Amino acid sequence: MMELGFVAILRRDLLLAFRHPGEIANPVLFFFMVVTLIPLGLTPEASRLAEIAPGILWVMALLASLLSVEGMFQSDYRDGTLEQMMILPQPLYLMVLAKILAHWLVTGLPLTILAPVLGMMLSLPEAGYLPLVLSLLMGTAVLSLVGAIGAALTVALRKGGLLLSLIVMPLYMPALIFGASTVQRAVDGFSVEGPLAILGALLAFSLLVSPFATAGALRVSMHG
Amino acid sequence: MSNAASLSTGSLDTASRNKESRNTESSSTTTYSSSSLALKALAFERDDSLLFSDVSVSLKSGDILQVEGPNGCGKTTLLRIITTALSPTAGQLLWRGQDVSKTRHDYLQSLLFLGHLPGLKQSLSPEENLVWWRRLNNNNRALSNTEVLASIGLKGYEDVPCFNLSAGQQRRAALARLLITEAPVWVLDEPFTAIDKQGVGELEALLTAHAVRGGIIVLSTHQDLGIGGIKRLSLDPNQAAEREVV
Repeated sequence: MMELGFVAILRRDLLLAFRHPGEIANPVLFFFMVVTLIPLGLTPEASRLAEIAPGILWVMALLASLLSVEGMFQSDYRDGTLEQMMILPQPLYLMVLAKILAHWLVTGLPLTILAPVLGMMLSLPEAGYLPLVLSLLMGTAVLSLVGAIGAALTVALRKGGLLLSLIVMPLYMPALIFGASTVQRAVDGFSVEGPLAILGALLAFSLLVSPFATAGALRVSMHG
Repeated sequence: MSNAASLSTGSLDTASRNKESRNTESSSTTTYSSSSLALKALAFERDDSLLFSDVSVSLKSGDILQVEGPNGCGKTTLLRIITTALSPTAGQLLWRGQDVSKTRHDYLQSLLFLGHLPGLKQSLSPEENLVWWRRLNNNNRALSNTEVLASIGLKGYEDVPCFNLSAGQQRRAALARLLITEAPVWVLDEPFTAIDKQGVGELEALLTAHAVRGGIIVLSTHQDLGIGGIKRLSLDPNQAAEREVV
């Protein structure tokens, strides 16, 4: 009986993630720590914190996501699973999509859920909470999708971390700009439909393109 | 202690294997339809130097091909070309008379590849790894995982995470896939690594049984196999003139 590779890989990756809870906790903990340190380092004054809160939250979410994306294909590459996946009679882009979804479920989603709590610690004005969650919900998915391309390109390199950041950072920019401005506009009392719609468009576009690009990048990495 | 354990599983092992092969003989569905795999003038170039060239072998049901040669002569590369994971610089791979680029899906469904990286997830148990393999392939045999792991010599280790197993046990856990697959073509890269003497004998018996059922096996190993009638292919660049299938 054959399951779609998508389902099989999603289930396995989630199982693996729960075997190593530390790896899930890592980006979330990083996010949490930085946001805790900001008031100590800058100012505990609520009005000044509120000003910078949207930007800080989004930048930290981005860095936390970047921190975890490197490992997306690494263990599969090291133990030979990736090699096996390449020669399965199943479309590689679906399997890649499953890995990206699993990655988002264990990093992006917890960050999104945790974000309002951290917003509170940074005295984010009330109007900002819902836009923060909505923008992170879509934005972190974009980050996982885009990060996967970089992770696939650098998977065969010994020290691919720096290169990965250089490849992925420029691609992260649109998500950061429109994500942070969604929250900022909400705080300032403007409508957030515009930037949210652009985030949604970014998500749709990267959802279409990223699995193909990632599958192609994996093929290049494996042939090298 | 561990010796005694492996001995007892060993004897159980042969018993269950005998039972299994008798089952195989009695049911007709498990005999493979005749198939053929041909390597036509394969060559591979890496960094502007020719790793090997003009490798031609033709295999049919029941054939075992042993790829030999010194380290670095391209055994693994050749095997990866046969699995379609790598494309050859020149030459063709024919499956049932057709180029695999045209019949890739059909060919991959008939293929089982075990590389020297076994593709085992270290934090999963042998049983969980097997379950995962079963989910991804549709050509599985109706044997329970417990049976499979017992006959590969991992009885009692079903639920132990693979990182707690020895190198040989991990290799056995990877080889367990050979027992659940119905794929006619097996491509095995150094399958005997880290396997104990008794395991080598069992694996040879498994390979023979597969060939008898009409499967095709391509394997690389430095070991002299105790299997009669196998084809050998040497990739030794110093013996290029003598390269031919014996």
